[in-house]
Amino acid sequence: MGFEAARLALRSAGDDGCPNALWFSTVTPAYVDKTNATTIHEALRLDDDVPAFDFGGAQRSAVGALRTALNGPGTTLVVASDIRTGLPGGGDEVSGGDGASAVLVGDGPAVIAEYLGGASQSEEFVDRWRAPGGERSKLWEERFGETRYLPLGERAFQAVLKEADLSPEQVDQLIVTGLHTRAATALAGRLGVAGENVVDNRAGAIGNTGAAHPGLLLTSVLESATPGKVIALLVLADGADAMVFRATEAIASFQPSRTVDAQTEGGAPVTYGKFLAWRKMLPLEPPRRPEPLRPSSSAAGRSLDWKYGFVGRADPDTGAPQMPPLPSGSDPIPMADVPGTIVTYTIDHLVYSESPPVIFGIVDFDGGGRLPIELTDVAPDDVKPGVRVEMTFRKLFTSDDIHNYFWKARPIRGAN
Amino acid sequence: MGSHGIRDRVAIVSVGCTPFGEHWNRSADDLLVEAVNETLNPIGLGKQDIDAYWLGTAQRSCGITLAKPLELEGKPVSRVENFCATGSEALRQASYAVASGAYDIAMAVGVEKVKDAGYQGLPATQPPNDGTVRNLTAAAMYSMIAPAYAKKYGVSEGEVRDALSHIASKNHYNGARNPRAQFKREVSKEQVEKAPKMAGTLGVFDCAGVADGGAAAIVVRAEDAHKYTDKPLYIKALSLVAGNGSGLQDPNYDYTTFPEVVDSAQDAYAQAGITDPRGQLAMAEVHDCFTPTEMVLMEDLGFCDRGTAWKEVLAGTFDLGGDLPVNPDGGLKSFGHPVGASGLRMTFECWLQLRGEAPEQRSLGNDRNLALTHNLGGYPGEMVSFVSILGTDPG
Repeated sequence: MGFEAARLALRSAGDDGCPNALWFSTVTPAYVDKTNATTIHEALRLDDDVPAFDFGGAQRSAVGALRTALNGPGTTLVVASDIRTGLPGGGDEVSGGDGASAVLVGDGPAVIAEYLGGASQSEEFVDRWRAPGGERSKLWEERFGETRYLPLGERAFQAVLKEADLSPEQVDQLIVTGLHTRAATALAGRLGVAGENVVDNRAGAIGNTGAAHPGLLLTSVLESATPGKVIALLVLADGADAMVFRATEAIASFQPSRTVDAQTEGGAPVTYGKFLAWRKMLPLEPPRRPEPLRPSSSAAGRSLDWKYGFVGRADPDTGAPQMPPLPSGSDPIPMADVPGTIVTYTIDHLVYSESPPVIFGIVDFDGGGRLPIELTDVAPDDVKPGVRVEMTFRKLFTSDDIHNYFWKARPIRGAN
Repeated sequence: MGSHGIRDRVAIVSVGCTPFGEHWNRSADDLLVEAVNETLNPIGLGKQDIDAYWLGTAQRSCGITLAKPLELEGKPVSRVENFCATGSEALRQASYAVASGAYDIAMAVGVEKVKDAGYQGLPATQPPNDGTVRNLTAAAMYSMIAPAYAKKYGVSEGEVRDALSHIASKNHYNGARNPRAQFKREVSKEQVEKAPKMAGTLGVFDCAGVADGGAAAIVVRAEDAHKYTDKPLYIKALSLVAGNGSGLQDPNYDYTTFPEVVDSAQDAYAQAGITDPRGQLAMAEVHDCFTPTEMVLMEDLGFCDRGTAWKEVLAGTFDLGGDLPVNPDGGLKSFGHPVGASGLRMTFECWLQLRGEAPEQRSLGNDRNLALTHNLGGYPGEMVSFVSILGTDPG
C-alpha cells in the first residue's frame, strides 16, 4: 500500500516529482531490523543515492516525519501506511481501515500547498498501547484520553495559528484526526472553526487508517482545494501536532492521478471469513501442496530491476520487451506503468496461495510484450478475455519470515 | 549438420514394467529391482550382463541410486532427467550409446516414487530463485487450451468439453483392460463432466493420476537382436526438442498447439521415413497429462488436420479399433505419471502390441507394424517434447 500511494503521489507530481529522500512510516512494519522503505525505494526505481529511512514504532511517527520534512531542505517523499488490526468484535475492528498515503514535500513553483507553520504539544500518558508485534491495541477508559487530548489539541492549534498569523475564522478546511475519535470530534467543535469547514473523517467508507490517515485526509482535501484556501491539519497522538497550509495558484492545474474518492467508489466487498483469514486471525486449512520456498536473497539481488521495478529488456531482434529479461536482452524497458489486456485466463484451485483460488491471466501489454501473471483484486466471475489490467506491486507470500514481493495484474477500475 | 537418427541400427530386445499405483509398501529401490528383473528375466540375462545403465528419475540424484539396490559391480550408471520426458531421455541415451559402438548392451531404467511426498499431485521442486517464478499448477496451465481452441476454430465450448470427456472415458476404458494400470475401471463421460473442478474447466477426471512405478528396456545393436529374442523392436526414430520458453512471452502464441511437439514429430517422421502417420502407424502412446493435451497432440503429431481433432476424437478415430488407436494401454490417465517411468511405460505397450502380446480386449484392430511414443515435459509455451518410432521390421 505504501508503494502504491507513493507511486500515485509521484505520478500526480509528474516531472516535478523527483524526491531526494524517501521516508516511510508504519505501525505494522513488514520487518524490524531491516528497513522497509528500501522496498518502496526499489519498486519506485529511485536513484541509489536517494536515502530511504523508516520512521517506525508509533502512530505519531508518521505525522512527525511529515513535519520534519516540511521543516527541512530538499524534496522528500513522506509515505505512511497502516493496517489497523483489532480482535473480532472489538471497536478497533469496526472503526479501523487499512490504507496508505504519500505526500511529496519540497520547494518551487510546482508546490500546490504552501506550508505556513507548525506546532506541537507532547505529553506522556498511557491511553492506547500495544506490545510489539501484538495483534490488538489496548485502551484506557475513553474519557481519560479525551481529557488529555482536548487541552493539548487546543494549545497546538492556537500556537500554529499564532505562528501563521491567522485567526480560526480564516481556516477554510480543518482536519482533526487521531485514533481517539471521540477526542478528535469534540476538539473540532471547540476550535472556533465553523462546523461546515470541518473535514469529514471518512470513517464511514474507509475507516480510520491510523498512521496513514492524516496524509489521506490532507490528500483528499487538496484534491478539491482552490487557490488561496487555508487548510489546517491537527493530529492527536501522544500529544498534538498542528500544521497549516495555503493552497497555491499551482493547485488550479493539479491533476491527481487517482483521487481518494475514485478509490473509495471502486471498492468491492470482502467476506468476513476472508477478512479474518487475511488478518491471520482465522487459520484456514492449507492446500495439500508444498509451501513455497523462501526467495533467495542473492537471486533477488541479481534481479532488482525485474523483481521490484518490473523492468523488462528489449529483444535484440524485435525490440519487444522480454519479461523476464533473457541474457540477450538489451535496453531496459520499464513496464510497471504499461497497461495490458487479458488474452486468456484460468482459475487454479490447487496451487498454494494465501488467498485461494489463484486467478491467473495471460496478459498482452500495450505496445508489445506478454506475461502469464497472477491477477488480484478481482472476482473469478469478472475475469474474461479483453479485460484491461494495470500492474500493482504485491506480496505474493511469506516464507521463513521473508516477504516475497513481486507484481500482479489488476483490472483497471472504470475501464472494463 | 543434420539430425540423422539411428534408424534400424539399434533394437529393443526386452521391456519390463511394474504395476503403477500407490505403492505405500514399496520403495523406489523395490520398484527399480522389479522393473530391472522383469526386463532381464525373459531373455535370461543377469544384471552384470548389461554393459551400461541409464537411469531416468526426476527426484533422485546420481547413478548410485540404481547401482546400490541392484548391487552392481563396476558398471557405469548415468542418471538423466528431462522433466516429464525423463524416461524417454534414458532410452534415447542408452540407444545412442549402443549405436556409437561404445557398448554392446545397455539398459534404460525409469522410476519415480511420487507418493512419499505427502502432497497431492506431483511434487514440484525448484532451485532457490528470486521469487518471481510463476506459481501455477500444470493443470491450470493446460486448462487454458480448451477455451483457446474453441475460440480459434469456432467450436462451441460444449463440443470441446464433449471431446475432452471422450478422451478421458476412452483412456479409462483402455486402462480397465490393463492389469498394470493404476485405475482399472471404466469412467463414463457423465462422470468425467460431474467431477470436481481442479483448474479452469478441468475436473479431476481430466487430469492424469498420481502413481509410483518403474519400467525398463534393454537395447542392443540391431544385428545382435536375434541372439536375445525372435521378435525385437527396431528403433526407427528418436527425437527430442527442448523449447526456449518463447511461447510464454510471444503474443502470437495462442495456446492451441505445442510447437516443440510439431518439431520433434517432424524430425522423428523424417528419421523413420514416415509420410502418413495416421495410415502407417499401428498405434500411438501419447502424453495425456490432461485431456486437452491429448486433443491438441492429435493435430501436432499429424494424426488429423488442424481444427478437426475434437471431431475425430468424437468419431472414435483414436479409440481401440479406430483408424489410429491412441493410448491403448490407458495412458497417463489410467497409469498415473511416475515421471521417470512414464516414457518407458509407453515403450512397454508398443512392445506388447507390436509383438501381439497385448490381451485381446486391447486389440488395436489393425496389422500395421509401427508404433509411436510421445512424451512431453513442461507447459504450453515452454516444454520439452520427445517422439520415438518403433517397428517390427528392419530396413
